[in-house]
Amino acid sequence: MIHFTSLPIYPEIFLLLMASVVTLLGTGASQARQKTTYVVTQISLGVLALMHLSELQLAQTVYGMQRMVVIDPLGHLLALSATLATMITMGFSRPYLASRDLLKGEFLSLAMFSLLGISVMVSANNFLVVYVGLELMSLSLYALTALRRDHAVSTEAAMKYFILGALASGFLLYGLSMMYGATGTLDIPNVFEALHKGTVNQQVLTFGLVFIVSGLAFKLGLAPFHMWVPDVYQGAPTAVTLLISGAPKLAAFGITFRILVEALSGQALDWQQMLIVLSVVSMTLGNLAAIVQSNLKRLLAYSAIAQLGFMLLGFTPTVVDMKTVLAANGYSSALFYIVTYVLTTLGTFGLIMVLSRNGFESEEVSDLAGLGKRSPWIAGVMALFMFSLAGIPPLVGFYAKFAVLQALVSTGNHGYIVLAVVAVLLSLIGAYYYLRIVKTMFFDEPADPTPIRGEVGATVLLALNGLAALGFGLLPDGLMSVCRDAVLKAINT
Amino acid sequence: MIFLNLAIWLPILAGVVLLALGRDDNARAVRWMALVFALASFVVTIPLITGFDMTQAGMQFATDFTWIERFNAHYHVAVDGISVWFVLLTALITVVVVISAWEVITERVSQYMAAFLILSGVMVGVFAAVDGLLFYTFFEATLIPMYIIIGVWGGPKRIYASFKFFLYTLLGSLLMLVALVYLYIQSNASFDILTWHKLPLSMTAQTGLFFAFLAAFAVKVPMWPVHTWLPDVHVEAPTGGSAVLAAIMLKLGAYGFLRFSLPIAPDASHHWAWLIIALSLIAVVYIGLVAMVQTDMKKLVAYSSIAHMGFCTLGFFIFNSLGMQGAIVQMISHGFVSAAMFLCIGVLYDRVHSRDIAAYGGVTNTMPWFATFAVLFAMANCGLPGTAGFVGEWMVILATTGFNFWVAALSATALIFGAAYTLWMVKRVYFGPVTKGSVSRLQDINAREFFMLAVLAVAVLAMGLYPKPFTDVMQGSVDALLKHVAQSKLS
Repeated sequence: MIHFTSLPIYPEIFLLLMASVVTLLGTGASQARQKTTYVVTQISLGVLALMHLSELQLAQTVYGMQRMVVIDPLGHLLALSATLATMITMGFSRPYLASRDLLKGEFLSLAMFSLLGISVMVSANNFLVVYVGLELMSLSLYALTALRRDHAVSTEAAMKYFILGALASGFLLYGLSMMYGATGTLDIPNVFEALHKGTVNQQVLTFGLVFIVSGLAFKLGLAPFHMWVPDVYQGAPTAVTLLISGAPKLAAFGITFRILVEALSGQALDWQQMLIVLSVVSMTLGNLAAIVQSNLKRLLAYSAIAQLGFMLLGFTPTVVDMKTVLAANGYSSALFYIVTYVLTTLGTFGLIMVLSRNGFESEEVSDLAGLGKRSPWIAGVMALFMFSLAGIPPLVGFYAKFAVLQALVSTGNHGYIVLAVVAVLLSLIGAYYYLRIVKTMFFDEPADPTPIRGEVGATVLLALNGLAALGFGLLPDGLMSVCRDAVLKAINT
Repeated sequence: MIFLNLAIWLPILAGVVLLALGRDDNARAVRWMALVFALASFVVTIPLITGFDMTQAGMQFATDFTWIERFNAHYHVAVDGISVWFVLLTALITVVVVISAWEVITERVSQYMAAFLILSGVMVGVFAAVDGLLFYTFFEATLIPMYIIIGVWGGPKRIYASFKFFLYTLLGSLLMLVALVYLYIQSNASFDILTWHKLPLSMTAQTGLFFAFLAAFAVKVPMWPVHTWLPDVHVEAPTGGSAVLAAIMLKLGAYGFLRFSLPIAPDASHHWAWLIIALSLIAVVYIGLVAMVQTDMKKLVAYSSIAHMGFCTLGFFIFNSLGMQGAIVQMISHGFVSAAMFLCIGVLYDRVHSRDIAAYGGVTNTMPWFATFAVLFAMANCGLPGTAGFVGEWMVILATTGFNFWVAALSATALIFGAAYTLWMVKRVYFGPVTKGSVSRLQDINAREFFMLAVLAVAVLAMGLYPKPFTDVMQGSVDALLKHVAQSKLS
């Protein structure tokens, strides 16, 4: 592929164009038109993924748009993963939405605009660009949550998501303005340098930092800023839950990295303490609350809180024993964690959609009863995801957890070793409810023994997803080194 | 080397193939395929023993390449004189288990067979791994198929048993994971177990490591007082599950002592040997007494397994070549004998659907062929000379006498208790007049069951009458291990 050095953000421009085309196409009501829209969407996302992939292989760092955006392997890796996540989401969603008469142009074009927001966020080099991307993504997602507009729970979830989300965006924006007040710049590298010189008003800086971390914690869905997660996951149509639980997590990781690590690593001693608290609280609350859930989507929401808490641990060993170590090890393990977590979570929600049939939402854990008898393959793939989330080798979730733990323990600091042990024990609690799902599928008798035949495309996608969870577990090396290179490049420039 | 890799991956791939091809309407074909795959997986392990170089104490048949660069973890598999036997044992028991399920398992046959084949390959992987992370991967991966086996084909309280099994052992192995990460950092980012063997460590570090490994392996063996999961799980597991659990999975724990605890923390091992010896004696004596009062046959054999495994840990921690060889021989012989005992219970259970000793009586009158085998295995279980059960226990007791007379005297009571609970069960189940209608209607074993028990009977007798080949192969490795353990790693 040709490399447009003059136009480094060509994938985003392409995406914007195609999103507009899809919006126009999607206005038609006929079946044939809807099908064309869907196909056009998937093809453009495929082309977009190829663009990001080829750029990722070039592994260059380029600044564009008057240094407002940075095009580096980290940005491309996250954007590529987000694009693939969106493609997979659409693949799973199509039969589900079509049978509910929700597969309209809105879904496709809003999803593309939210992806555009994500792509902008992950390659932002300026606080305002972060904010613009974030709002583009969030507004699209708020609207999508309300897609089923005659459904009370959906509407409530959308309102909750919107109000709390707007509040969190406000928090973040307020924090960023504090940063501007303290450092006099919005450019990430300049903020970094200003902090490095040490001539900044510490009080304003720390004050702003608290707001920034709260805003980020909201977007990542970490306790105690997690209230929206279970309600939105449960209330939104499953296709939208899938969209919310996948790519936006990558975006949230991206801006957390850009803001906290690239801009504010000078303040790491302050923010890493906050992150440790957030992460331990999230793992505790998420794992304990998940045990008592009977709704599968709600259970997975609490599981997401706990999993992201674990991921966040990768950010914490930045300053150890009063020395800034810029733990590339930790960041790259967090990156590996989030990418593989998104992969797994796509599969779990995809499965819920495959199991849902006309007029029947398969949302309760008990709906899975006897799935091992009804559809052994689908149940087997789901079991792989559950064992992966529980962190049992040889599935990818174990290696992701192990990488984070290794980054913590290799600091040699006793505090971090204790943290690692706490994380391990809390994930043992987590293993219980993941096992319970496997138990429901394989050990319980089905209420209705007829086999479930999912739509072919979605089933194949599910199988591929499960294979990836196993494959990245048996051979995690490739993805791990891509993550490490991306993080190293991002830190060193 | 190709054969060792085949021994790991052939059964795993075979399991995947069975899962892919198996349906409810082709159960017959699936059984034959499973048998062929299991036999093939056993055949590929034979060159490991015929081609074994007995003059060499180190690792043989090695394959080594980088697996995960980020952790410097290697796919490094190899066997020495100790682990090679367990590779063979695993493959052989899998063949027997496949045969044992033939007519018994009628639901989800392909999944059942696949679970055992995959489990077999993974367990061979545990015995063959020379890399810490690879070992942990295999060690933990065994939980998944076993959890499914207990939960799907188990008895009425199978769900409780499967969760207890999974969470209990997971807790133990997570502490081992901490130990592995610690060693990884101490050794400058290496997961190579052989490097860890040479790593100098302070006494504090060794003590920490010793107890972290103890947590994982004591649960798996299981040692008193963390043995409570085993009787529950055995009672609920299907026959094949019980056989594999007793014959091989318990050995994973005992093997862990040989590969990790002893050579990595030799000073701590010497220092805390009294603790292990005490726990082993409690297992031998107290659990032996507990076994005596059981009314459920499977529970009785489960407790008897704990008592027999006590001999293994005792043999390891008296640091004597005879004792250690005896312990390893005991591990192998217990693999044959316990599997056979559970299969015998399975044969009765399939016909009468009861595991209660009281539900039987005079079985020998209606099932003479079967009773012959059952009594033979019972004799082996109480350590009758001429059977496999005798050799290991005798070697351990002999070695213990040189170590401490009173310890030896206590451990020798196992022969009495073992004889007491086993023979008393034999008397109540097999001998005496037939009083129960269910027993009088019993049919003797068919050709399939005969073959399955005969394979194990031959192994039990061969090992009891001529154990030399077993000890010859392990001699070099055991001596090297003891020599290594005798050297202090404190620096």
